[in-house]
Amino acid sequence: MTTSAEIADAVTRLAREESGRVLALLTRRFGDLDAADDAVQDALTTALTAWQSGIPERPAAWLYTVARNTLIDELRRDRASRRRLHEAAPELTAHHATTETEEEDDLIMDASSLGDERLRLLLLCCHPALDRDTQVALTLRLAGGLSAAEVAAAYLLPEATLTQRIVRAKRKIRDAGMPLTIPANLDERVDALLRVLYLIFNEGYLSRGAEHVTRVDLITEAIRLTRQVVDELPASAEAEGLLALELYHHARSGTRVDGLGELVLLEHQDRTGWNLDGITEANARLHSAMTRMAPGPYQVQAIIAGHHANARTAADTDWGAIAELYGQLGRMAPNAVVELNRAVAIAMADGPRAGLAVLDRLTGLNEYHLFHATRGELLARAGRPAAASFERARGLTSNEGERRHLERRAAETSGG
Amino acid sequence: MILIHGDESSPRLAPGDPGFDEDMGAWFAYNQSLIEGGHWVSGANLAPTSSATTLRLTSGQAPEIVDGPFAETKEQFGGYYLISAENLDEAIELAKKLPMDSGSLEIRPVAFRPDAG
Repeated sequence: MTTSAEIADAVTRLAREESGRVLALLTRRFGDLDAADDAVQDALTTALTAWQSGIPERPAAWLYTVARNTLIDELRRDRASRRRLHEAAPELTAHHATTETEEEDDLIMDASSLGDERLRLLLLCCHPALDRDTQVALTLRLAGGLSAAEVAAAYLLPEATLTQRIVRAKRKIRDAGMPLTIPANLDERVDALLRVLYLIFNEGYLSRGAEHVTRVDLITEAIRLTRQVVDELPASAEAEGLLALELYHHARSGTRVDGLGELVLLEHQDRTGWNLDGITEANARLHSAMTRMAPGPYQVQAIIAGHHANARTAADTDWGAIAELYGQLGRMAPNAVVELNRAVAIAMADGPRAGLAVLDRLTGLNEYHLFHATRGELLARAGRPAAASFERARGLTSNEGERRHLERRAAETSGG
Repeated sequence: MILIHGDESSPRLAPGDPGFDEDMGAWFAYNQSLIEGGHWVSGANLAPTSSATTLRLTSGQAPEIVDGPFAETKEQFGGYYLISAENLDEAIELAKKLPMDSGSLEIRPVAFRPDAG
């Protein structure tokens, strides 16, 4: 006897881990992403009742078979109705004589040979002809196997909005003829894919909303999908660099917020609370990425995160090296936020005044809360009035943990 | 269908201008590559929008005839290619090879082709 909680767990796992691959396979076989997606969703719902007598030994094969049979039934019905229409009005259907063969051979679910089915689907979800928000939604929904409700909850969107976005995207994929293939120029597309995964990770890491406890764990999702990409593109140094970066950040995530929900700065975090296994894996991933001698921004960010994660105390942190790495990152792609981080590293290495000098030359970050929070912190450390900067930063963030932290810093530095 | 939009105010070369033959040569070579690759269906360069006449249709009323193009924007519809491509990615690759250095190219599938099965 299987309990309904066990079944629900198994179905969720199946949706997350296998439904993307099954969907890609069915889409390729039947040429219709929308119908294949519906069939997979139906099959997952069916599993909840069908599995009461026992969870199948190979859930992925079960999912594939059930969804495939649904699609075949639909084709048959479709063909039967076309035949009836043809008999009734041959002149209307002359061009639509059935040509597809009754091909129903069982496709063996050999996980090892189907790896790139999942990659095809991930790349389709991140196709440059779709806008960024749509890429994110599709990746989580189709490749990640999350329900529309879960994706909507994670991004604080009404479910109807999210569903609409996905419906529109699927229509464009069909009408514009976007192929489910691995493109010739893979590097360009992998860049877009990694950017989407990093966006998903960041959304989980610094959620915009207050209720982050009730949200889908986007960090875990992003790491899981990044692992898939690394498995399927073992030659991509940047994919593995991104995985290392995510693992480093994730290893520290338990200590980023205190018991009252306030953000804890890196230097005050309890380092004994960091996940050592996570850091060890991140170190190995980063090392493996760097042996490929193909540097890129994710690897550089991972090296920086590695400096932090491997420093036993905040005082052990090699801020000079980190400032240099931010300089490198800025040379790869000039970016004001990177410059802001470089200013912090310089302040830590050479004192707050050196950091403030870098900040004073920065433009374009006036609406960015971390610019004002950083400025406040450096001003306070330099013994100058800082409360106004903290106030400004607090007004610009919607993250509750950050708001509390900034409120306290503003109070501590006012009228001093 | 690849719709070619560009800035009409940028100078156009006329026959006899220096560079005209090279410019046209690049387009002819592109056309030839479409033909040889089996992608060519049709294509044309359009006369400038100063020659355009727009008919605005309102249900139940006679068409209103207006002098000028449909949309007054900086980039105007200036030409098109109707190509045959397997999928969007192939169409994007073909559009990327157009001998243009500025402007925009809109790729739209043809919804109905009388010759399609």
